[in-house]
Amino acid sequence: MKLLVPVKRVIDYNVKPRVKMDGTGVDLANVKMSMNPFDEIAVEEAIRLKEKGVATEIVAVSIGEAKAQETLRTALAMGADRAILVVAEGEVEPLAVAKILKAIVDEEQPGLVILGKQAIDDDSNQTGQMLAALTGRPQGTFASAVTVEGDSVKVTREVDGGLETVSLKAPAIVTTDLRLNEPRYASLPNIMKAKSKPLAQKTPADYGVDTSPRLKTLNVSEPPKRTAGVKVADVDELVAKLKALGVAA
Amino acid sequence: MTVLVLVEHDNASVKDATLAAVTAAGKLGEVHALVAGSGAQAAADAAAKIAGVSKVLLADDAAYAHALPENVAPLVVDLMANYDAFVAPATSNGKNIAPRVAALLDVMQISDILSVESADTFTRPIYAGNAIAKVQSSDAKKVITVRGTAFEKAAREGGSAAVEAVAGKGDSGLSSFVGAEISKSERPELTSAKIIVSGGRALQNSENFHTIIEPLADKLGAAVGASRAAVDAGYVPNDYQVGQTGKIVAPEVYIAVGISGAIQHLAGMKDSKTIIAINKDEDAPIFQVADIGLVGDLFKVVPELTDKL
Ligand SMILES: Cc1cc2nc3c(=O)[nH]c(=O)nc-3n(C[C@H](O)[C@H](O)[C@H](O)COP(=O)(O)OP(=O)(O)OC[C@H]3O[C@@H](n4cnc5c(N)ncnc54)[C@H](O)[C@@H]3O)c2cc1C
Repeated sequence: MKLLVPVKRVIDYNVKPRVKMDGTGVDLANVKMSMNPFDEIAVEEAIRLKEKGVATEIVAVSIGEAKAQETLRTALAMGADRAILVVAEGEVEPLAVAKILKAIVDEEQPGLVILGKQAIDDDSNQTGQMLAALTGRPQGTFASAVTVEGDSVKVTREVDGGLETVSLKAPAIVTTDLRLNEPRYASLPNIMKAKSKPLAQKTPADYGVDTSPRLKTLNVSEPPKRTAGVKVADVDELVAKLKALGVAA
Repeated sequence: MTVLVLVEHDNASVKDATLAAVTAAGKLGEVHALVAGSGAQAAADAAAKIAGVSKVLLADDAAYAHALPENVAPLVVDLMANYDAFVAPATSNGKNIAPRVAALLDVMQISDILSVESADTFTRPIYAGNAIAKVQSSDAKKVITVRGTAFEKAAREGGSAAVEAVAGKGDSGLSSFVGAEISKSERPELTSAKIIVSGGRALQNSENFHTIIEPLADKLGAAVGASRAAVDAGYVPNDYQVGQTGKIVAPEVYIAVGISGAIQHLAGMKDSKTIIAINKDEDAPIFQVADIGLVGDLFKVVPELTDKL
């Protein structure tokens, strides 16, 4: 089966985001950008399915500014076979991303689409579920294990109470959680090889999708700041503090 | 405006997360509650008593027993013909269903709201809570998930709504429930606990969680949480994880033991009223947000603390 893996270029998870002084957003100038960590897990899962002989081809897709090409090259270096870059300047909301992905799903007919459960910039946690809705396919969100048996996809999901397993009729949509796998690093030879793998460039208009936002960001502000409090010298002092808080008798 | 709230329940009772969603929905207009389940009359009766709920819709069908989104989303979409907004708690269940509803309605969802500024304007956290965005929706209908810690809980008693049966299309045939491994604990639930004791990578193994973290939690009547590192290493189950991509908590007291304070962890607990950190590294970032800090070896100070309480 063919696998489709959407990836997003986001602020690196090690960088502390700073709100712009003018309140229009978060400052991304000269900030390290990387593949969204959950998407790395999605790429890794796809590669493992290919190594197991379940998948035959992995198509990576990114929707975003031209620089998202770097993110796709990373996916190709990890092991994806080819890539599609849908160039769109400015922020594209999950709903519009899902619509573009739906058009690509119609074209490519993948047996499985594996996405990250959320992007660490807008923290929306929507795209996979929306794509499932638009394509009329079942969804296995927040996956910590995925097994494909014929045309059934078994997904173990991380839920608030623990774990839950569902069986989906392929073709299906899966979104990854942290414990699904540990993504590999691309080796230098594979990084070199990735440069010559095919990468098609498209625009949202090619898929007939209007990406104008439905949500208007009125302003972006800093959350209330916490300040460091006191350090206690020993356990006795901590016990006294807990008693003062009414936490201990 | 009339708002449909997705009730989080186990067929017998209503979960706390619903109560904050009812409060948020009440800021938009009249609140109706949807109980989709199987043998869920008791949950519907409980929902009818919640203060602020004026009607309960009960969709009782085997197809809704496990809240499969392929079955529940079409039910909600049909009902939305009569509603202006759909509000779900930002739980794993709400996050699973709401975006599927939103896309079917051609609406851009507003995730994890912190406040209702007006009928179309909300605030929500972005970048692991390091920034707060105020957003205005231009969609005719709204689909919203609600951060449980950001709204007061509606009272469980005080309402007397009528329960009306509704029917949906039932089973889509796209998915089925296989099984669940639900953590059982006598301790309070993480997202509603007044006190939380959380352990990090420094605990080294699950045995130490049992012998060091749990006795302190039991002394305090606290819930037990963990950092991602502790969950990844298998010291505790996944549902203990607090953070950007785990559970969001805001207890009266949060005690972080052997947790460094990465932004992804802080995202899940920095709205706690009092934060206490125990860490052997005096420069650990957790101390920058802690109200009370104790620098020391947890293997020594935590048992001593448990003893002296
Ligand atoms: C996409 C993504 C999502 C993430 N989501 C989350 C999330 O939801 N929640 C989360 O927690 N993390 C999350 N993380 C991980 C996060 O970045 C950190 O790696 C993690 O929080 C670190 O866990 P820790 O503090 O237990 O471990 P460490 O950072 O290793 O810290 C261990 C601490 O223990 C202290 N210590 C060691 N020995 C002792 C001792 N004997 N006594 C006292 N103190 C001691 C050390 O000084 C250190 O400060 C996420 C990361 C990514 C990339």
